[in-house]
Amino acid sequence: MIISIASGKGGTGKTTVATNLAVSVDGPVQLLDCDVEEPNAHLFLRPSIQETKTVTTPIPEIDLEKCNQCKKCMEICRFRAIAVIGDTVLTFPELCHSCGGCMAVCPEGAIIETGRELGVLETGTVNGVSFVHGRLRVGEAMSPPLIRAVRDRTRAGGLTLIDAPPGTSCPVIAAMKDTDFVLLVTEPTPFGLHDLKLAVEAVKILKIPMGLVINRADMGDDRVRTYARSERIPILMEIPFDRQIAESYSRGEMFTLALPEWKARFRGLLEDIKTLVGKGAGTK
Amino acid sequence: MKIAVTSTGKDLDSPMDPRFGRAAYILIVDSDTLDVEVLDNAENVNAFKGAGIQAATMISDRKAEVLLTGYCGPNAFKALDAARVKVGGDVSGTVREAVAAFTDGKVKLVSGPNAQGHG
Repeated sequence: MIISIASGKGGTGKTTVATNLAVSVDGPVQLLDCDVEEPNAHLFLRPSIQETKTVTTPIPEIDLEKCNQCKKCMEICRFRAIAVIGDTVLTFPELCHSCGGCMAVCPEGAIIETGRELGVLETGTVNGVSFVHGRLRVGEAMSPPLIRAVRDRTRAGGLTLIDAPPGTSCPVIAAMKDTDFVLLVTEPTPFGLHDLKLAVEAVKILKIPMGLVINRADMGDDRVRTYARSERIPILMEIPFDRQIAESYSRGEMFTLALPEWKARFRGLLEDIKTLVGKGAGTK
Repeated sequence: MKIAVTSTGKDLDSPMDPRFGRAAYILIVDSDTLDVEVLDNAENVNAFKGAGIQAATMISDRKAEVLLTGYCGPNAFKALDAARVKVGGDVSGTVREAVAAFTDGKVKLVSGPNAQGHG
């Protein structure tokens, strides 16, 4: 089973939930940190990294000897990553989305595939948790291919937790798509609610069952709960705005270490998710 | 000589559009006769990406030798440079004034982009 942990708003506690859940459950578990623009799950899990691999994405290079300036490559490129200007052809590698269209339409076989570095993928283990994350190259704008490379390391059959990036744009979709359940982490504030609504709409389109964790649950107001009820999204856990939890976080520790009674609650959370996945809840 | 000028309107007395890739219109002006060819840039105004690259391709296809505009970003500049189109940046006023300023040698050509890309 694959559970993605997403939020809409940043800083609500996705990584807190993902890492604490990972260390609380029985049996083999895998944590994929798909927030490749600023991965942070490793700061809490502290895995020993065993493998570091550079991930690239295919981009075109033009063989000007073979090119006859027919412009077919330029016309098919939605991202304007190729420009035929006069007797030369320019490529803009940072605009290329690696669809391969230019190579498919070139009648002269003048387009050669090269690669642009997206970042690195690192894998490791810690206390039985198998860990994978990506680190996007500084200056790189496109994260979904690296996120997919991280997700390619999903081990079939076991439990896989995906720490998704915040927001509702392509990187988040890449992290949530085709997972069995989306656990949305929010906070009971106007910002939390606003961005939660956006996230819920995205998850509905993907038709994935979902549930809610309310973090810092005893601050703010009741509007998140009212909204969850109206959308029939089950609230699976509430984490209080607690000094000990905040101190654990600030030390880079998982709070289940200081508050071990929470481990059972995280195991309960997983059982609730399994039940919901079995029922196909939340998909409407 | 053909001069491309980014414009908010379709004639010589229209105020210039300071943007290049997403200018409302691009006028191709013959500096000798002041004949104007109007390029409607509406498609680029709403382009998802690469408006500057597309606009550069367009004026290169019209054989313009110079571009007079306000701001020109890195990708557009790279394309214009490959097309050997000279770029006069930070130009303002009407299209007519811009062309006159250029023919009087009062427009400074830029040697690189004078605006940030849009990511």
